[in-house]
This record gives sequence, C-alpha cells and structure tokens, in this order.
Amino acid sequence: MTYLRLFYEFFKTGLFAVGGGMATLPFLYDISDRTGWFTHAQLADMVAVSESTPGPIGVNMATYVGFLTGGLGGAAVATLGLIAPSICVILIVYAFLQKFRDSRYVNGAFYGLRPASTAMILAAGLLVVKATFLANGVAAFDWRLAALAAVLVALTDFVPKVKSLHPIVFILGSAVVGVVLRLAE
Amino acid sequence: MLKELFKLFFAFAKVGVMTFGGGYAMLPILQREIVEARGWATEEELADYFAIGQCTPGVIAVNTATFIGRKKDGIPGAIAATLGVVFPSIVIISLLAGVITQFSELVWVKNAFAGIRVCVCVLIFNAVWKLGKKSIVDKYAAGIFALVAVGAIFTDLSPVVFILFAAVCGVVLRVLLEKS
Repeated sequence: MTYLRLFYEFFKTGLFAVGGGMATLPFLYDISDRTGWFTHAQLADMVAVSESTPGPIGVNMATYVGFLTGGLGGAAVATLGLIAPSICVILIVYAFLQKFRDSRYVNGAFYGLRPASTAMILAAGLLVVKATFLANGVAAFDWRLAALAAVLVALTDFVPKVKSLHPIVFILGSAVVGVVLRLAE
Repeated sequence: MLKELFKLFFAFAKVGVMTFGGGYAMLPILQREIVEARGWATEEELADYFAIGQCTPGVIAVNTATFIGRKKDGIPGAIAATLGVVFPSIVIISLLAGVITQFSELVWVKNAFAGIRVCVCVLIFNAVWKLGKKSIVDKYAAGIFALVAVGAIFTDLSPVVFILFAAVCGVVLRVLLEKS
C-alpha cells in the first residue's frame, strides 16, 4: 500500500513540476507536510547531497525520499513514479512532431526555439557560476577557483589533443585539484 | 532488438553516472556520448529537446533521454534510455542512504565538489558555444537569442513565456522571409 501511495505522490510531482529538477522541491515539501514520511531537515540535507552525487537532482531527491520511506523498493517505485508522466508526455509530443514535421509552422517554431533554448541554458549556466564563485558573497570571492576556471578554459578550448579528451577527465581532474588545494576551505 | 535496447540503457546509464550538478551539466556529456560518439542525435535536436524539456513536466535530463530513445528505437527505446539515465541514481543513493548526510559533510567530498563545480561551469559554457554555432543560424536567430538571454538572466519570468515567444517569433519570421 505504501508503494502505491509513493508511486502516486511522485507521479503527481513528475506531472506538475515543470522546468527541471529544482522545480520538484515545493512538491516534496508538500508531501512531507501531508504524509510525514520525511522531515523538512532531511529534505534540506538531500539538496546538499544531490549536489554531491552524480545524476539529475530531481531523480536523486525522489530516490532518497523513496529509500527513506520504503527501502530499495521504495527508491525504485518513487523514481518510476516521478519519470512515468515525463515518458508519457514526451511520447505524445514526439508523435505530434513526427506528424507535423513537414509543416512550415513547426519548422518555423523550432527555428525560433533553438536559439531561445541555447539562451536559456546560458542563463542557467550563469546561475551555476553565481552559486560556484559567489556562494558566500562578493567579499568571499576565491581567486583559486577563478584560476582553476582559467586553466580549464585553456585546456578544454585551446590546447590541441587535450581539448578533445572526454569531459569526465576534466571533471575528475578538477575533483582531485579540489581535494589537493582544499578548495572548499 | 534487445541488444539495441541494452545499448541505449548502458549509454544513458553512463551519461547518468557522469552527470554532476543537475540536468544542465548533462549537456556536455550528451554532446560527447550521444551526438559525437554514437550519432544518435544532432546538436540541433539536442537544442530542440532541451527547449521542449524546459516547458514540459518532469526532469529535463529524463525528458531528453526519452526523446533520444524514442527516436532511435521506438517506445521500447524511450523506456530503455529513460531507465538507463535514472539507474545510477537509484543504485548510488540507495547505497549511500544510510550515511548520506555524513557523506556530504565530509571535508574531502566538499573540497572535491568545489573543484567539480568550477569544471561544470566551464563545460556548460563550452556546450552552449557548440550549441550556439548550430542554433544561431542567421541575424534573426541571433536577435531571438539575445532577447531571450537578457530576459532569462534579468527577469524571473517562467521558461514557458520565453518558449512561446520564441516559437511565435520563429513562425512569423519564417512566413515573412518566405514571402520576401
């Protein structure tokens, strides 16, 4: 019964949270208030944890809340509940696009959507920059982070051969630099 | 068929495990693993999927996986890719669940992620640059890019507003350009 309830609650979250992982947060607070499955403090911890484990943040939060409520089975059920509405909606959108893919209106819409999508990812990227470099205000700006960023720009954009390495190489390298230079301290 | 579905599942599980810091951090990994290494989607399609993902319900990473899986191998493909992208989260979070709050408090984890976050910033901007070269095809597209960038950076409007605006602009521009 708990599994059914878990699936239902996360299905609702997946259906109504529009705009990516963090949009699930208000729904999770609501679930916490109504069911008592987990506390607000646990949820706040989870935001921190989601940022320090791989995977999409919305999915990580559903998995964690599911695990707290019903163990491994709960983790799987909550996550499946969260993604089920997305799958349905995207399959419908895909079928629609296939049907009208020769329409000049649909093509025109995507001609406008592509640069807009790029601009919105740029804006989201700037928020990540703010959270990374100015988390504790402008006064606490850490030049070591800026130096690491400059080195990474050089390596990923300009140095021949190195720049075509897999992104995960740079991510792991930066993790090592972070530990060695104690970048969070 | 089953072999193709496993390929999709493992490719997206790989993308899931390499994504640190949320859906947008997935973009550079998708460009590498799905566009460049496997040719399952083009840069233009990635831009399309992210645009649709921002105004449809659910996690953007999941929406993108569903799209690419559906395009490659139909509805079973959509399901395989989507399960693949969430699989690492289920395993990692469940393994860590007991110690998870202590985990994120560990000093070396904090230090490592301070470094990773810097890298994710750089990778996202590289990804945007690549995407821009394919999506900003003329001066009108550049105009839409500039307007939406200013709007998204300086206002709190919903993504839905920008998506509708851009789609309408796109249709009107195309119709006008065809006439002239």
